[in-house]
Amino acid sequence: MSSGLYSMNKREFDITFDPKMVKPYGDTMNDGKVQLSFTLPIKADELAVEAAKLYAMKMGIEEPSVVHMADLGVGYSFFVIYGSSIHTIDVTGIKVTKVESSVMSMTEVDQYISKNIGRKLVVIGASTGTDAHTVGIDAIMNMKGYAGHYGLERYDMIEAYNLGSQVPNEEFIKKAVELSADALLVSQTVTQKNIHVQNMTNLIELLEAEGLRDRFIVTCGGPRISHELAKELGYDAGFGAGTYAEDVASFIAQEIVRRPAQR
Amino acid sequence: MSNLNLDKNLINSARQSARQIAEDMQKFIDLHTTIAVERTVTRLLGVDGINDVGTPLPNVVVENIKNNGGLSIGAAYYLSNAVLNTGLSTQEIAEKVAAGELELTKLPARPDNEIIDKAYELAEKMVDRIRDNRIKRDEYLNTIGEGKKPYLYVIVATGNIYEDVVQAQAAAKQGADVIAVIRTTGQSLLDYVPYGATTEGFGGTYATQENFRIMRTALDEVGQEVGRYIRLCNYCSGLCMPEIAGMGAMERLDVMLNDALYGILFRDINMQRTLVDQNFSRIINGFAGVIINTGEDNYLTTADAIEEAHTVLASQFINEQFALKAGIPEEQMGLGHAFEMEPGIENGFLLELAQAQMAREIFPKAPLKYMPPTKYMTGNIFKGHIQDALFNMISIWTNQGIQLLGMLTEAIHTPFMADRALSIENARYIFNNMRNIGDEVEFKEGGIIQTRASEVLQKAAALLMDIKEEGLFSTLEQGKFAGVKRSRTGGKGLDGVTEKDAKYMNPFIELMLDK
Repeated sequence: MSSGLYSMNKREFDITFDPKMVKPYGDTMNDGKVQLSFTLPIKADELAVEAAKLYAMKMGIEEPSVVHMADLGVGYSFFVIYGSSIHTIDVTGIKVTKVESSVMSMTEVDQYISKNIGRKLVVIGASTGTDAHTVGIDAIMNMKGYAGHYGLERYDMIEAYNLGSQVPNEEFIKKAVELSADALLVSQTVTQKNIHVQNMTNLIELLEAEGLRDRFIVTCGGPRISHELAKELGYDAGFGAGTYAEDVASFIAQEIVRRPAQR
Repeated sequence: MSNLNLDKNLINSARQSARQIAEDMQKFIDLHTTIAVERTVTRLLGVDGINDVGTPLPNVVVENIKNNGGLSIGAAYYLSNAVLNTGLSTQEIAEKVAAGELELTKLPARPDNEIIDKAYELAEKMVDRIRDNRIKRDEYLNTIGEGKKPYLYVIVATGNIYEDVVQAQAAAKQGADVIAVIRTTGQSLLDYVPYGATTEGFGGTYATQENFRIMRTALDEVGQEVGRYIRLCNYCSGLCMPEIAGMGAMERLDVMLNDALYGILFRDINMQRTLVDQNFSRIINGFAGVIINTGEDNYLTTADAIEEAHTVLASQFINEQFALKAGIPEEQMGLGHAFEMEPGIENGFLLELAQAQMAREIFPKAPLKYMPPTKYMTGNIFKGHIQDALFNMISIWTNQGIQLLGMLTEAIHTPFMADRALSIENARYIFNNMRNIGDEVEFKEGGIIQTRASEVLQKAAALLMDIKEEGLFSTLEQGKFAGVKRSRTGGKGLDGVTEKDAKYMNPFIELMLDK
């Protein structure tokens, strides 16, 4: 068994692209090249290199090459590995849950709301539960926004209330009723052991228990959140990494129009 | 020598304004005490442990006093009086209070001078213990030594103190100089300090005295092994600011996050409460030889790093003055700032360099705490590692004191062991490779860097002038820091504040300020 590094052996694979058999790409179609890194709780020596290699093979990596091992002290070792994955994926049969609205710019959203709804939308947001981080909700709501994308506070047709961090779900709902909110934004930034899932589920349960679920558009966002997870937990939409205020605003505006009762 | 050619008169006038701001606030502070301050006094007088439903005895004692209207006289008075009356230890007294067998405020009052003498006698025991800890730290520093500055500061945050120990010892072996045990999410809002060793936390590990002790022992052990004293850091903020300081002093912690403004702005803790709490916590930290870290870096996570840089500097000036009032020498002032500019800005590195160098020149003796990029870290770990490299370059260039290492996985999860190793490797490479760049390179007169620094200083001096006129409370009410508005009577913990009675005493303030 050679390490695969600088191997001159001819590769026996078909280099035509097949959407039913897609593989990772290094520099040749279907070469299956992947990089991975991980730590093993064993001391850094020859045995560890072999263990890492065998582990990579179990993960479906052919001819894994341990290009780097570092001793992390206390008997742990870190590996960087390159190799070729044996697996393929059929991309023709994949279904994705996506937020079903077209993304408009801030000005377009304002115009859309004026034209189709004719009043300002009230949006309240918070980092709920024990989450103390406001970076996510601030990025979406604050005037300044994030990376050049203005926040909801700057939208003429949106009245935005950012309640900050560590807002209990009960208080969040109370505020939503008090302000006659159209939409609720829940931000979950840092989370451990999936506490964000519990907390987000709890909000929906409380809303349902009080018969308020249908009164609001309820969305959530954060680095660990996907639209799919959001839907699963009973939210109308979820916004993951790389989404900005206009994604959220566009969705809310179009969703309100889709729900005639709320206009 | 100033590399930035900063206006000395402007620095002096900014410092003068900050002094006035702190003095005005100190008048308010000196007239008040809080339940957290009194719980701290109770702990320092030797009370620890919990009752049968898990409430810490210091809380039981202080609630007993408060419910009977005695908070304004203070725990030291009642505990000393109880010792004189019963001949029991403070711990035994607390246990009796917990059992409902004793009402502290209902015992016959002994003459004031006897009570005062007893209070000082009890307090001195603890003051000696803390002084011994300080001596022990110095001994370690003189024998096994320490890492070069900037100290490499990493966090552990598994939620389980025993797992934290593994991570911390590994980090020390990889080269870390300071280990911070991140607290569990939400601990800053608890109005008590949990008890005992803990193994469950979210996003961090409970700060308890037992957890402090466990980690201290582990770091002393690994410090011997690697030949460097490893500093232990925790978080002296939130509703238990002075209590955590007290427990840290007892267990020889070395670094404490300690900033009232941070609690007000980012945890919505009542400003009156936390400023009074901060004062006592800083007196303890000062006496214990603890380096405090202030939280200005956080301003830039909500406000813009270019537009709001002057608020960071203004807050550093104010924090410096509050620290001096509490007896903290400059060498223990880890004033905070951060590398938080949007990476797409042209010459952003130069602006960051200007701000870091400015902090260095204005606070020459302070072990400045420099925080890594967080706001603009993405899931692109490869770019993130480079952002952290730029941050490390500025740190070594401007001679920062404490380098909170950036993690390439910042936006993803609390650090894995390997993440920490990679970030330590990054910093060590750059610090070694660029060690003396700051001594070699001078900045162009009137260039981008000098101009930027002078602009920030001017704005900070003007802001401090405004705050001096307005007062700190109303400045916070107007949202001038971090773009966050807080009301004087809003937030958490106001009901724990009370005005001191003429009879009030806290022997630790005098003993610790006198050294």
